Amino acid sequence: MTVAGDVVLQVEDLHKSFGSTEVLKGIDLSVRRGERIAILGSSGSGKSTLLRCMNVLEMPTRGRLILDGEAVGKPAAGGATRYREAELNRLRARVGMVFQQFNLFPHMTALENVMEGPLSVLGRPKAEARRTAQRHLERVGLGGKADAHPARLSGGQQQRVAIARALAMDPEVLLFDEPTSSLDPELVGEVLGVINDLSEDGRTMLLVTHELGFAYHFATRILFLHEGRILEDGPPEQVLKSPREERTRRFLDRFTAFRF
Amino acid sequence: MPTITMPELQFGEVFANIDLLLEACGLTLALWAVALAAGLSGGLLVGLARLSPRRWIAWPARGYVELFRNTPVLVQLIWFYYALPVVSGIQLPAFAAAALALSLNASAYCAEIYRGGIQSVAAGQWEAGRALGMGRLRLLRRIILPLAVRRMVPAFTNRAVELAKNTSVASIITVHELMYTARLFSSQNYIPMETFTVVAMIYFLLIYPFTLASYALERHFAAGRA
Ligand SMILES: Nc1ncnc2c1ncn2[C@@H]1O[C@H](COP(=O)(O)OP(=O)(O)O)[C@@H](O)[C@H]1O
Ligand SMILES: [Mg+2]
Repeated sequence: MTVAGDVVLQVEDLHKSFGSTEVLKGIDLSVRRGERIAILGSSGSGKSTLLRCMNVLEMPTRGRLILDGEAVGKPAAGGATRYREAELNRLRARVGMVFQQFNLFPHMTALENVMEGPLSVLGRPKAEARRTAQRHLERVGLGGKADAHPARLSGGQQQRVAIARALAMDPEVLLFDEPTSSLDPELVGEVLGVINDLSEDGRTMLLVTHELGFAYHFATRILFLHEGRILEDGPPEQVLKSPREERTRRFLDRFTAFRF
Repeated sequence: MPTITMPELQFGEVFANIDLLLEACGLTLALWAVALAAGLSGGLLVGLARLSPRRWIAWPARGYVELFRNTPVLVQLIWFYYALPVVSGIQLPAFAAAALALSLNASAYCAEIYRGGIQSVAAGQWEAGRALGMGRLRLLRRIILPLAVRRMVPAFTNRAVELAKNTSVASIITVHELMYTARLFSSQNYIPMETFTVVAMIYFLLIYPFTLASYALERHFAAGRA
């Protein structure tokens, strides 16, 4: 399903600085419902920071975030925005995140990890949370690992549990920050396979990745980030095969330098 | 009653009056339980306050911790028993003064254990919880503290054992706990060696089961993470 719907998440003139270094230098981005956006860019270009600003794990220094037509936070002096903790928690519950390092809760089983959000954030009854968690584990191919603690799972399995945990919140937007970058090469495929399967749901997803081949097939839209700005924004075919910018071309060349 | 062969030692005299010492254990245990419970709960609050990004919360908490960790517990007891009435007009009963001083002292130490334990939890755990939409308190309760407490068990055990022995300081302000009773008994009968040896054994028997329980708890947590 590639039909793009209404705008679900909008980023307006987003700036983010750490101390005196400006990492994001004005990002404007409209994400439509059902879009699958792959974000490419060199290390340090601000990809993670952009994702983390989109669920406000990082506070933007300047700019606006609009989820479902509702601006997040209240405008304050100097173009800044003031956020209330409760409001941010509500937003984060609707914008899921899968981390490069999985970050599963080590004291909980796979099932408990997946139940945690629905149980303690959405206030679902335990039996229901358990049922849906089991379903989500089955969805990522780990129905049989419900009672295993993360330490007993491979990296690929841990990341699939993390995906199930994010899915269990039924988020409107799902963010992936290099979900396969800390995996052994032979485990990358199973995680990308699971992410690819999510396309069927028409769920809105943003994925930071260095897997260009996967991005090409999975994404409906590709962004290229360079030094805190979006340099390229278009369909995979165009961005990957005939990029407008010289910098994009050079970035892509590095991935295709060695072939066999 | 065991017979002791060494002629110069009169353990028989001590064991003949063992009920005196055993009864005094009640107050020792009560002091220990009160101060430990207060330390574990008060310490959590102070430890969280120490970690607050707000200075007006963090700094007083730090001052409290430093004050109680860097002065002798004996002085703290004396202060609450003898100085408090002078300063505030409140004369606490000896047991209450001892319980209060030991509780505040234990809270200061436990606060530092909580602070260290909470800080040792990987940042990724906070992030994962926040990304689910969990608020700070819920995140602490569901994720951070359960993880931190597992690592804190040895430190808490250490503190609790130390505290059990610290209760003996209450004898200075006339709380009739084990050490007070022992001192009274030994000075009346002129057998300090025998009395205090038996008292040490009693402390050991009070404390050691607690230590064993904490080892079991450590093993339990270790098994859960496999
Ligand atoms: N919490 C932080 N404090 C200071 N600098 C940061 C922080 N997070 C990221 N940065 C800096 O911001 C820049 C962009 O980082 P990041 O968004 O992680 O890039 P990418 O994900 O594209 O590799 C880097 O130079 C990084 O060092
Ligand atoms: Mg990154």
